[in-house]
Amino acid sequence: MLLIPCPHCGPRNQEEFAYERSVDSVVRIDDAPAVAMAALYTRANLRGEDHEIWCHAHGCGQWLRMTRDRVTHAIRNVEAL
Amino acid sequence: MGNPGYSALSLLRGALGGHRHWGRAWRAAEPGGPYDVIIIGGGGHGLATAYYLAHEHGVRRIAVLEKGYIGGGNTGRNTTIVRSNYRLPQLQRMLDYSLKLWHSLSDELNYNVMFSPRGALFLGHSDADMAKLAERGDALIAMGIDAELMDSAAVAKLVPLFDMRRDARWPIDGGLIQHRGGTARHDAVAWGFARAADNLGVDIIENCEVTGFLRDGDSAGGRVTGVRTTRGDIHGGRTAICVAGNSGHVAGLAGLQLPIESHTLQAWVTEPVKPMIDTVVMSQSLHCYFSQSDKGGMVGGGDPDMFPSYAQRGAPIRLEDSIAQAIALVPALSRLRMVRSWAGVTDMSFDGAPIIGETPLPGLYLNGGWCYGGFKATPGSGRLYAHLLATGTSHPIAAPFDLARFAAGRTIDEAGVGPMPQHR
Repeated sequence: MLLIPCPHCGPRNQEEFAYERSVDSVVRIDDAPAVAMAALYTRANLRGEDHEIWCHAHGCGQWLRMTRDRVTHAIRNVEAL
Repeated sequence: MGNPGYSALSLLRGALGGHRHWGRAWRAAEPGGPYDVIIIGGGGHGLATAYYLAHEHGVRRIAVLEKGYIGGGNTGRNTTIVRSNYRLPQLQRMLDYSLKLWHSLSDELNYNVMFSPRGALFLGHSDADMAKLAERGDALIAMGIDAELMDSAAVAKLVPLFDMRRDARWPIDGGLIQHRGGTARHDAVAWGFARAADNLGVDIIENCEVTGFLRDGDSAGGRVTGVRTTRGDIHGGRTAICVAGNSGHVAGLAGLQLPIESHTLQAWVTEPVKPMIDTVVMSQSLHCYFSQSDKGGMVGGGDPDMFPSYAQRGAPIRLEDSIAQAIALVPALSRLRMVRSWAGVTDMSFDGAPIIGETPLPGLYLNGGWCYGGFKATPGSGRLYAHLLATGTSHPIAAPFDLARFAAGRTIDEAGVGPMPQHR
């Protein structure tokens, strides 16, 4: 289980949060079609540390940017988006 | 090589001699080469690929590279369910192709994979569920795949332990059963394919992790000519990735990004008890599935953990969900002690369907993206992948599952949720 330090609420149980997508998969409004396609349909999917967007969905509702190791589950950094 | 066949006679001879004559089921091969085909990943799919390449296509020099040991990955971590009652025609064709192979697999491999076609039952809990099940059943029958819609009385007769009360947490209105579906012994599938492939001269190299790819001329677009591993460089004609769970990582070593995100999926097993449920139970609305193993334990699972992870361990949240649902359906399960729970890493693809095909790199092929449904496809996936690797072109059943379908807008999205792996 993850204990996620929400910038507003402090350390809270993972159950209150929802994973949204990795940071490299955000599609921007003026992206070229090929870039948008890559953002929508491909992932670096690193076996190690990666950057992710989460939402404190069942808490304060804040969107978060989290730097997390996908093997050890260690959370290095959480900041409000 | 030269492994003697298993038979009732060899079992009897073994019994007389105190069972001391059984040898290794496959050699501990050393890296050699060059090979015609290098298969990365010694799971069920990789071993099946090697077997069918050698057996049906006459390819002689094949290596299967496994980073751990045979049967230590997802092949030994799933809930052993085998069925083909999908909704979309592409998936129906592929999984029924596989299901037909399951029915003769023990004979084919001379290895008892304990395939048990005990029926795979989807429950419906509302009028809407039953309408969806009826529609799925019609689609299956139109494809020539068996499906039978059952009313609640028939379901109650099939599994007397169901909570059939109208005020149950999830009242049971009926179900859709595929009688040809069932379960198989998962480890035996890996071991059987490994032994059969080894008998045909395939080198199965364990404790050999791929750390990079060898390229023609070291250029970014150069042909893949082999792999770098923890046991040295290995050269081959065609290199085949077959590492579902770790596809993103291995493809990343070649500089590719895939429509795959790795998530954790958990499963659980109870203490062994006498036969209590003799069919596979699943649900149209819930995400919970369970069956009784031949040893007697109730084996079940539910949703993936819904966030990316390469760790072979999960959070108790999802475990609790699936167990609570199972107990609501069969209250008697609450009296059983859970003896183990575990997790595997699954390749969640971005339309929920697998990927079998070429990659943008010449000489490099991909089989992955099986989400949490790869076990049932083991023989079919291996045979279709072998066809691709031997002939250079995809079998018509595998052709819709190419990697290029995402860019071309030909996704095969059974759940209809788009590129969001955590919502499948």
